Amino acid sequence: MFDELRRTGGKLKLAVPRGALLGETLDLLDRVGIDTAEARGGSRSLVFDGGELMLITMRPSDVPTYVSAGAADVGITGKDVLLEQSDRPVYELVDLGIGPCRMVLATQKGDIAPSEHQRRLGMMKIATKYKRIAEEYFAEQGRQVELVEVKGSIELAPLVGLADGIVDLVATGRTLAENNLEVREEILSSTGRLVANRVSYRIRREEVDDLAGRLREAVRTAGES
Amino acid sequence: MRELRAIEAALIGTFEQGGFREVRTPTLEYADALELGDGGSSGSAYRFFDERGELLALRTDMTIPIARLVADRFRDVEPPHRLSYVANAYRAVTPQRGELREFGQAGIELIGVAGPEGTAEVVELLDRSLTAVGLTDAVIGLGEDGLWTALLQDAGAGPETIDRSSELLVAHDLVGVERVLVESDELDAGAISQATDLIQLRGGGEVLEKARGLGGEGFADALASLTRNFEEISARGLERKVLIDLGMLREIGYYSGATIEVYDETVGDIIGGGGRYDDLMNRFGLDLPAAGFTLYVERIHKAQLERGVAAGSGGDSVR
Repeated sequence: MFDELRRTGGKLKLAVPRGALLGETLDLLDRVGIDTAEARGGSRSLVFDGGELMLITMRPSDVPTYVSAGAADVGITGKDVLLEQSDRPVYELVDLGIGPCRMVLATQKGDIAPSEHQRRLGMMKIATKYKRIAEEYFAEQGRQVELVEVKGSIELAPLVGLADGIVDLVATGRTLAENNLEVREEILSSTGRLVANRVSYRIRREEVDDLAGRLREAVRTAGES
Repeated sequence: MRELRAIEAALIGTFEQGGFREVRTPTLEYADALELGDGGSSGSAYRFFDERGELLALRTDMTIPIARLVADRFRDVEPPHRLSYVANAYRAVTPQRGELREFGQAGIELIGVAGPEGTAEVVELLDRSLTAVGLTDAVIGLGEDGLWTALLQDAGAGPETIDRSSELLVAHDLVGVERVLVESDELDAGAISQATDLIQLRGGGEVLEKARGLGGEGFADALASLTRNFEEISARGLERKVLIDLGMLREIGYYSGATIEVYDETVGDIIGGGGRYDDLMNRFGLDLPAAGFTLYVERIHKAQLERGVAAGSGGDSVR
């Protein structure tokens, strides 16, 4: 199996996101006839044989890295990740509709509105994992903010006074609510996407088109049912 | 270094055989001259002042410096001009990505031969160059610069929709392209699905068949231009080396007509590019059609290592 990964012209390599998107991704792959049984087991392996293609699993934010470099031919990850890493060139082929979520600006319940805060103090301190998206959002509106980059549990930052608010991804909003935060502004909405390496998109076009076509069809029929 | 030299020697030799003479231009150019050629795209990442306060810049490719050189020094020489180069160029990078600020380019400029004939000569020499460095499996992508704009104009899209969707197409965001067309409210559903299907068409001559008769007059013209290029390339026996790509849109601002990208399966990035730029010389006051290609020397080297071939070996193993 490990030889297959290095073989030029071997099975197509699909980067599969671990974490929140994993379940829906594997369900979708099942529906288009890709064998995900191995990947569903409790194995510590990172690489699985999906029959017609190889499944390589990784953090969603690593998918653009692997796909843009050609280490994976195709991949699945969130639009939020693609926007945050827009300098990594990949083909974005299909909106898979999985893992819908929103990127929002949130502050503590009961705080004055961010715009009012900005008016009084001139600037805000915002904690985020998504530096590029936040930067573009505030720059576009000409709002002066200081971005504090944190790696995890961003909700903590405003509670203990590290920041005035956060820019983060929310799916249900439960984590925000449980940490006394509320959505103030919506920045963008995101879903999972099928992406392809620029060279694989040309040289392995039959296989890439076939996979994209089957996934597009599966998404369409799921939308109708 | 010996391996890089071997690549450069093999390419220069191939260029010479094709009648292309090597030229050299300064690493530093006046920023104005580079921007004149680039037509307002981002320009050089590295700029500084000379002793009189003039703005200088490091070149981002060799096409514009050679256009300037020809306009300066070949004005009274009978065209066509067949020029080649091996030189370093400079581009901005994202730190820690293993990208090079300074990288090697080897390529040619064919100035004064218009249309399919010129384009096919460029593609033929590109194919020979790839063979000379042992990359016989490399694929030459062939696009047509005006195709997307014509398709949208025919379908009734406004300038803003064309600009926004073109930006997304350059960034390869096909989902975003579709969204922009839907949100613009200028195209009916049939035209949108036709447009998004067309930009995903890539392959051999059958692609031209599939696209024939679609779109309006502007699209038909652009497709006819692409078809003539492909026919001329096929007449030289190279139809199997070329991949027609209706969705290719390159970001550099001087293309008109044919665009070229070079792929090798062992390297995740394009290993070369080029095309036609019939308006470029005009910006330097000389009305001549032009076309050319460049190969990225370090990426050629990487492909050779992955494939176990050496320059000049014509595909034989290194060992």
